[in-house]
Amino acid sequence: MAAEPSAGTLADSLPELAAPAVPARRRLRLPVVSLGIIAVFVLAALSAPLLALSDPYEQALRLRFQPPVWLDGGSWAHPLGTDRLGRDLLSRLVHGARVSLSAGVLTVLLASFVGAAIGLVAGYYRGRVDAVLMRVTDATMSFPVILLALILAVTVGPSYTNVVLAIAVILWARYARVIRGQVLTLMELDFIAQSRIAGAGAWRIITRHLFPNTLNTLVVLVTLQVGYVIIVEASLSFLGAGIPPPAPAWGSMIAESRDFITSAWWASLFPGLAILLVVLAFNLLGDWLRDTLDPKLRQL
Amino acid sequence: MATPVLEVRDLRTHLVTRWGTIRAVDGVSFALAERETLGLVGESGSGKTMTCLSILRLAPRPAARILGGQVLLDGDDLLRKSPREMERIRGKKISMILQDPMSSLNPVFSVGMQVREPLVAYHGLRGRALAERAASLLGSVGISSPVERLRAFPHQLSGGMRQRVVGAMAISAPPRLLIADEPTTSLDLTIQAQYLRLLKEIQARHGLAMIFVTHNLGIVARMCDRVAVMYAGRIVETGPVRAIFRAPAHPYTRALLESVPRLGAARVRLTAIDGQPPDLATLAGGCAFVPRCPQAFDRCRAEAPPELPVAPGHAARCWLHASAPPHPGRGP
Repeated sequence: MAAEPSAGTLADSLPELAAPAVPARRRLRLPVVSLGIIAVFVLAALSAPLLALSDPYEQALRLRFQPPVWLDGGSWAHPLGTDRLGRDLLSRLVHGARVSLSAGVLTVLLASFVGAAIGLVAGYYRGRVDAVLMRVTDATMSFPVILLALILAVTVGPSYTNVVLAIAVILWARYARVIRGQVLTLMELDFIAQSRIAGAGAWRIITRHLFPNTLNTLVVLVTLQVGYVIIVEASLSFLGAGIPPPAPAWGSMIAESRDFITSAWWASLFPGLAILLVVLAFNLLGDWLRDTLDPKLRQL
Repeated sequence: MATPVLEVRDLRTHLVTRWGTIRAVDGVSFALAERETLGLVGESGSGKTMTCLSILRLAPRPAARILGGQVLLDGDDLLRKSPREMERIRGKKISMILQDPMSSLNPVFSVGMQVREPLVAYHGLRGRALAERAASLLGSVGISSPVERLRAFPHQLSGGMRQRVVGAMAISAPPRLLIADEPTTSLDLTIQAQYLRLLKEIQARHGLAMIFVTHNLGIVARMCDRVAVMYAGRIVETGPVRAIFRAPAHPYTRALLESVPRLGAARVRLTAIDGQPPDLATLAGGCAFVPRCPQAFDRCRAEAPPELPVAPGHAARCWLHASAPPHPGRGP
């Protein structure tokens, strides 16, 4: 047996070179603010039915545009005030979080799953498969999400499912592009060749070697895109092509109240603020994940 | 000689590219017995690696096409196997160690997970037996405290260690044939020597046939029984190591040997081989080495030389050794 270089000869004479017995784990500095914001919204959304809130659908026309509690005429019955139909804003905001967050996460998961699969296949097989898949990807990327959703809304009617599908059907292309690019780089590395030499087939190489190595990118991209999808969903709802009323969605809440913004600014401000906070939080979290997991992904 | 472990007959692999067809492997033949080591030497681009990849049927697709020949492993032609059958032969019967240890392990899995994988695939081991076998396998390639190393991730190991891990995985079957494609070029010198010794040990232990691809003639002299010198996709000279080092028959081999620094040699300057390796896409009819050959004559330009015997077991593709009249018809 060939001897390993005897450990510790140099380290003995120079104690500062000796490695500590237990390698100190580098402390992670978590992005407390964005995680906190996301946690608050997620918790509120999850426990919305349990919170002692008023019914988000209950109208009280006598109580239209009641201001928030800290303004004159406000009351604790409606802490953030009411909208044009006298519905409780806080309750609608919390229930709207269920819609916006779940639509955001669901869409992104769907899109990333499809996109990653296509990217992996295109990058692995190259040649004609790659050419066809990438042309489809290019075509998809050039198609505006909003337009597709509008078409769907007009033809099939607006619904939660249609919003998710419309966005996912366009969004997967980004994942396919990015993942394919990564796969092309990975395929040049020797461990892929080495596992092929060891008898691995396409399925094994894709699932065991390529996919796990793209996971970092995927997580970063998914996080960054949740915010984007929430904005797109809100825009669609704002345009009336998204979640159909009376379901509380942040985008439609802004749309319904925008005519009254000078007199009852709260009815459109709070949903807008919610969108801003959640999107900002997801973007900051995504940035942090990118810097932590793989600083090379700067261009994402 | 008993049936050779590997016999390659007239193997031809072409690369079809935008710039034309490259004859990367152009009629390569050799045989290899158990425990025998063949050194495959030649400049970059001479077809060494492509020959090895063709044996495994892993030449890069879609550019590379194996157009003809036979690759007989224990008498069984690999070129006739289905892709599925090839997957079962790779790793189990033929294994290969690549050049770059830094990227030959998957960075996201621990060493243990990667070492166990072939053991599960080839031997169906699981549980304790699997863990023990993985540890003993790492131990057998000279890795100290293998149990701890199994838990490490590739980036925590040095290049030499990683190359040992790759070696361990390559012999986990153990295979009949081990191809080592410049396995030591990226290791530093002391580790190189250790690794070469390890390979020899492994070979003796399992009775492997080995192909050693390198451009380092010093390593060839130490490791190999026979040498095949490749130039422009062909084996231009083949013979026992001693014969080739003592009396190189092909001008290219001679030139290669003269370009190696030797301790205590009187020569002050090393001789370089003038010119560039030929462009394989635009190869003319004659011997490919003509433009760089100091001894070229008319016939070399007209016809490519066949393999001509120099001594028993020693042959060269060079007209200088044509003692008999030319055999028309044994062209390229």
